Amino acid sequence: MTPVSSKQYADDVSLLMVLIDTNPLFWSSTATSFSFPKFLSQFLSFLNSILLLNQLNQVVVIATGLNSCDYIYDSSLSHTNQRAETLLQKLEEFVYKDEKLINKNDSVNGVGSSLLSGSLSMALCYIQRVFRSGSLHPQPRILCLHGSQDGPGQYVAIMNSIFSAQRSMVPIDSCVIGSQNSAFLQQASYITGGVYLKPQYLDGLFQYLTTVFATDLHSRSFLQLPKPVGVDFRASCFCHKNTIDMGYICSVCLSIFCKHHQKCSTCGSAFGQPQTSNLKRKAPDNGND
Amino acid sequence: MTQLIKRAKYKSSVKDPGVPGILSMTMERFSFTPNDPSFSNNLNVEFRHVKGHKSSKEGVSKFALLNLTITDKVSYIFQFDTFADRELCRDFVAKAITFSSEHQHKDEQISSAEMNRRIKLLQEDSELQKLHKQFVMGNVLLETEFWATRKKLLDANSSGKAKQRVGLKSDMTFNVKPASDGQSNRVTFNLTPEMIHQIFAEKPAVRQAYLSFVPRKMTEKEFWTKYWKAQFIHSNKNIVAAAAEAAEDEDLAVFLKQDAILANEARHKIRKVDPTLDMEADEGDDYTHIPGHGLATENSKDELEAQYEPFKRSFLQDINRHAAVVLEGRTVDAETVDTRSVAEALASSKSVELAKEASDGNVHQERLDRITRMTEIEDLQASRDPPLAPLCIKDPRDYFDSQQVNTLNQLPGIRQVKPRLSSSEAYDSLKVSISEIRSVGLSDPTVSPEVASKVFNELTQNISHSKYQLGKNPHESILDTLPSITKEELLLHWTSIQELLKHFWSSYPITTSSLYNKVNRLKGAMSEIYNKLQEIKRSVQSEYRHQVSLLVQPMLQALDAAVAHYEVDQQKRSAKSAERPNGYA
Repeated sequence: MTPVSSKQYADDVSLLMVLIDTNPLFWSSTATSFSFPKFLSQFLSFLNSILLLNQLNQVVVIATGLNSCDYIYDSSLSHTNQRAETLLQKLEEFVYKDEKLINKNDSVNGVGSSLLSGSLSMALCYIQRVFRSGSLHPQPRILCLHGSQDGPGQYVAIMNSIFSAQRSMVPIDSCVIGSQNSAFLQQASYITGGVYLKPQYLDGLFQYLTTVFATDLHSRSFLQLPKPVGVDFRASCFCHKNTIDMGYICSVCLSIFCKHHQKCSTCGSAFGQPQTSNLKRKAPDNGND
Repeated sequence: MTQLIKRAKYKSSVKDPGVPGILSMTMERFSFTPNDPSFSNNLNVEFRHVKGHKSSKEGVSKFALLNLTITDKVSYIFQFDTFADRELCRDFVAKAITFSSEHQHKDEQISSAEMNRRIKLLQEDSELQKLHKQFVMGNVLLETEFWATRKKLLDANSSGKAKQRVGLKSDMTFNVKPASDGQSNRVTFNLTPEMIHQIFAEKPAVRQAYLSFVPRKMTEKEFWTKYWKAQFIHSNKNIVAAAAEAAEDEDLAVFLKQDAILANEARHKIRKVDPTLDMEADEGDDYTHIPGHGLATENSKDELEAQYEPFKRSFLQDINRHAAVVLEGRTVDAETVDTRSVAEALASSKSVELAKEASDGNVHQERLDRITRMTEIEDLQASRDPPLAPLCIKDPRDYFDSQQVNTLNQLPGIRQVKPRLSSSEAYDSLKVSISEIRSVGLSDPTVSPEVASKVFNELTQNISHSKYQLGKNPHESILDTLPSITKEELLLHWTSIQELLKHFWSSYPITTSSLYNKVNRLKGAMSEIYNKLQEIKRSVQSEYRHQVSLLVQPMLQALDAAVAHYEVDQQKRSAKSAERPNGYA
């Protein structure tokens, strides 16, 4: 798929939607050099510096939890003096709410995956509202600070949000603070024209953020930003959510399956018989043994 | 065997003693040369023409005869020394006939038009030309096979552009004042069929007059004379004179008065105007009846007596009418030379239109319905819910998948990082860290200088490295960085491989010998390309080598698969043929 090129912005005012990963299981498994408090402090300084870059810049923070997502901070609504306090307050309330939503019967394997699709959708809705507020609006972009693994169950929803971001020409930058590369975020950044980065030195995260992710869209046309060497474009099948590179596709709704099914689970259309190989045509040599 | 040479005698009939000579046969033709050059019985016939063959029975007749029939009347009889010879020849002839009939089937009579199209296509598309040269000239593919897959291209070319019809001229020559000779009192005018057509199209009253007057009342020449007289009078813009002339000559009056038919048509049009449009269509739009067409002109101030009214004409009217007719286009093909038929044709087309509208009573009803619908005032309507179609998603859980837990178990290769704490403990620690930072505040410095410089170095190196490797634009293709010769070669190989593989895979399973030959030829070409690709990989510069080998790899894989399939098939065939007792190859 050819990625869209970002619009040429004449202005360098930006609206930055930050999606931070607050999956407690992930944070409890990181090394002590990069714990949640350290992350938070670097992140808050980054937010302050974004707002310093331009008077009209706006920042909105959305927290991606295990069971829910919510808006944590909106710079256009709150008082300038107490940014960190309001943000942290809201974050604490969010964590409380998220904990209450734990379903005791669900057993989560490993680190679990946070609801990236949910927070992406919320960010895109906010951006749409900004688009409709008039022609004078800051140029929006999304920054994902993500660490948990890719939840294969969210493949479809995430791909849908990526495509709608592509349509609205909103770049999705990704900064992966976990241990593995995220295929979803790689695809997201490639398709929407954003930057994907997996920092090597996590205790210098603030430096990464200010060097790479603080750049506004207008300046990106003449700045060199890091590019990933390759993108894993493989799709996941709709039945088991495994990544596959060869499979069956429904010709009606284009859903992908890894093995033959009688009917499509998305649109319900019935499939025909699979084409068996033509080796059967050479009759087995029964008489000539 | 491809050729058979035998001693034989050529007989023109069974009784004929026969001319001794040599009969030589190839798959395409057979030829007979007599031993004695004085006899003029040289034969050279293509097997295409041979319809059948007959031979005499071994036990019954004395001579070993072979009769090759061309048509009902013409046949060639050959006598052989031994029956064994005759048998050999007979088998050969049978094979040759089937072979040539196959080929004849394939050698379609390619019409010259088809040939032209092919040549044109080849000239336009250089890539196609290269492929054509490579394969057809290189005897890998037959001409027909090459074009068989490109029928669509040929068809698209052959549908020529539809001939454009000549439209109406936009000049109004018939309204021009006829040329007058300054010296004498004569006025001359020219009338061409084109002008006649135009006059009839623009002035329906004239057309009506023509149909009714000619040939009953006057000849065509008189008719046109009167017409031009009327034009002349009008061109003088003397309305009083016009009235006087009209009073004298009744026929002339037809030309001088305003066109009644046009007026009727205009009135009809007004009635059909859709009142739901926001423009006020009223009688004022019937501009033909308004003096000066609604334009404020000075001339309309002078009051004319009522008797002169019908004789007024204005230039604007004529221009508007002319424009309307030209825009409508040619409704009748002006091939007919006969004036009368043109007039009738135009009249009939107009009447057909009217009849259609009259019979279409539904149209009127629809219009009324629409009018009543649109005159409703929206504010006063009850709110109508938009019609809903029920959303049909099959079980959403299937779609959004609740098997996440199971799949996570099965996903290989993802290192499972075990959480050190259970989920409630994890949440607690999260809350603790938040409150900790609330009390402590942001750390100072945010980032230590050593770490920051390490980060900077890493980023710079990363960026410059990837720029060097991949170029400024991450979506730039590797092909563009290669020297153009290599790029051209690679692209050409790619298209040729696709062509070859298409023909190769479509020939399986092999049922006839021609397919077998084709497959062999294709395999030969594929091995050549394979070697060429290996050559390219080796010869390219070291910095590009890795990327080129990545590019070339899918091509090599495809070729490998094809060759492997071919070899497996060969083995099966040879195994089969070894088992059959009669060794039929």
